[in-house]
Amino acid sequence: MSSVMSERPQDAPQDIPQSMTTPTTGKEPGQRPELLEVQDLHVWFELKRFGFLHAGYVQAVDGVNFTLREQGAIGIVGESGCGKTTLMKTILGINRPIKGKIIFEGEDLGGLTSRDLQSYRGKVGYVQQDPYGALPPFMTVENILAEPMIIAGITDPQEHEQRIRDVLTEVKMTPVENFLTKFPHMLSGGQQQRIVIARAMILNPRLIVADEPVSMLDASVRVEILRLLERLQETHDLAVIYITHDLSTVRYFSDHIFVMYAGKLVERAEVNSLLRNPLHPYTQALLEATPDPDYKNALTHKELPPGEPPSLVNPPSACRFHPRCPYKIEGLCEVQLPPDFEPEPNHFAACWLYR
Amino acid sequence: MSENNTLLRVEDLRLYFRTRQGTVQAVDGVDLELKENEAMVILGESGCGKTSLSRAILRLLPNNVETYSGKIFLEGLDTMELNDERFRRQIRWFKMSMVPQAAMNALNPVIKVGEQVAEPLLVHKKAEKQEALEQAAWMFEQVGVPTDFLNRYAFELSGGMRQRVALAMALITLPALVFLDEPTSALDVLTQANIFNVLKDIKKELAVGFILITHDIATSSELADTVAVMYAGEIVEVSDARHFFTEPLHPYSRLLMASVPRLKVDQEPTFITGQPPSLINPPSGCRFAPRCPSVFQKCSEHPPTFQVDGRKVRCWLHA
Repeated sequence: MSSVMSERPQDAPQDIPQSMTTPTTGKEPGQRPELLEVQDLHVWFELKRFGFLHAGYVQAVDGVNFTLREQGAIGIVGESGCGKTTLMKTILGINRPIKGKIIFEGEDLGGLTSRDLQSYRGKVGYVQQDPYGALPPFMTVENILAEPMIIAGITDPQEHEQRIRDVLTEVKMTPVENFLTKFPHMLSGGQQQRIVIARAMILNPRLIVADEPVSMLDASVRVEILRLLERLQETHDLAVIYITHDLSTVRYFSDHIFVMYAGKLVERAEVNSLLRNPLHPYTQALLEATPDPDYKNALTHKELPPGEPPSLVNPPSACRFHPRCPYKIEGLCEVQLPPDFEPEPNHFAACWLYR
Repeated sequence: MSENNTLLRVEDLRLYFRTRQGTVQAVDGVDLELKENEAMVILGESGCGKTSLSRAILRLLPNNVETYSGKIFLEGLDTMELNDERFRRQIRWFKMSMVPQAAMNALNPVIKVGEQVAEPLLVHKKAEKQEALEQAAWMFEQVGVPTDFLNRYAFELSGGMRQRVALAMALITLPALVFLDEPTSALDVLTQANIFNVLKDIKKELAVGFILITHDIATSSELADTVAVMYAGEIVEVSDARHFFTEPLHPYSRLLMASVPRLKVDQEPTFITGQPPSLINPPSGCRFAPRCPSVFQKCSEHPPTFQVDGRKVRCWLHA
């Protein structure tokens, strides 16, 4: 299969001098250079009354820190309204943070002009949640895939054709001729999602941000799409941020899971360590609530925290999970914001239980 | 109430739609049987006809119906014999009700939720308003909505609460059977688990039967007593939950089970290649044959339903 990114050497990450690396195994992304760094990110939206009076902020993302290394794959898990989509849009340069930095390949996103941002977006592919909504209904597959190249200033029609062919082959839409002239409504949900992925890949990005890429698809094609993303990640040395509410698909796809609750990352860990030993009470509840198919589920009740995620306009003080938390420590959890504790190596939890 | 009481029996139900491209055979010869206070899950991918099946049983039909035939016995009464008006007066919401897909977004925004929940009682049971509101308050408690929410409007409630309100509305007339069409697909994991806790309680306390229509195998196991798998307009397997979730019979059910990502078990999920057939002119033989890994000669003939240890499966492998 011809590769869209064949000009990049496959063994690039091995070129890093040993002194820079942490002593881990070969496949650990710890060896690789940093691609994306998010520092103390705050994305707040101002609420206005009568269109001009200040009426508070929606604190959608509040103090998020993480580092993504090249070829790393992180899954951000959280419920709707926890700020995961805002975080993603900020990484894509659509929302502007009110505080904090996003550093991509050593460059601060905040300092970029809109022209620079355009070239930045060529390096970051975006896979939307609802493939049908994300594809313009009046454009053919060929035009949809050519659009990013036109915007990026690639004018050679031969290169257009070559890239479209390569990328369609890679997302297994073959024979390519059958699909070039199709409109999105002529494709099945799985095929539409492949086109969305192809569009995200066509400018050879370094990072793919996938926002619930399989939640609108049938069970039988979900795994296929996830496998496809996994393969693209391997063949193109991509880094991936996979945003979802479904813990069960994350484990097959990411090497790290970040759990987000009410605008904050409450737990960060390597996949197996998080699934085997969830530390934060919220993560524990999420794991408890996610079922595996088993007839015994019908016989038992689940123990779950009461209530619902808080409003981000007026979030609870300090630890935002404290009103629902079964292990709340009086006089501490509602007073002081828990920092990230590290009870196990590389397993962080923002919870006073681990002080 | 005896355990063996049949609540619903469906025989050879067909529902075809007329479209410009041809006749869509959305429900094609479905047989089902449901006992009182039993929860049946109808599993299938989108477009397999599972929503059409529930609408056919409830006779909520669009106006392009070409064929609507078969027999539906509810508590022994053949509802297909009733005319539309008698069906509306005697069956719908008295005996059977439905929580349609995305019901939480279908609540009337300008009527208080308490009044909306009481409305079926006023319309169908000709109840006094005060009495109906009291009943609504009781039903709110059953589904876990605080009773002071009675005077709120739908937009003041969260998604999970609105879904509970929609459920209360379907249950308020105490029907024997409630259809739930993807009741939690738009909800978060924790809310979803909470709703299933509520459904389990209601099943125990109000002794209703449920037909749960979903494509989500993992959450369907939270409620299922029996599982019916639907593929391309047909029921391909009916099995008790215990056997289904441990060892499904039909190749499609097996692949479907294998495609579920597991959280607590180390098992790589697989996927099913190909796509379901169009319901306009479906294949004449077994409809799953083009995607089936164990396809053999016999599959070019349409398989009947075979009985295997009390389970039903439409596959030549079990002949």
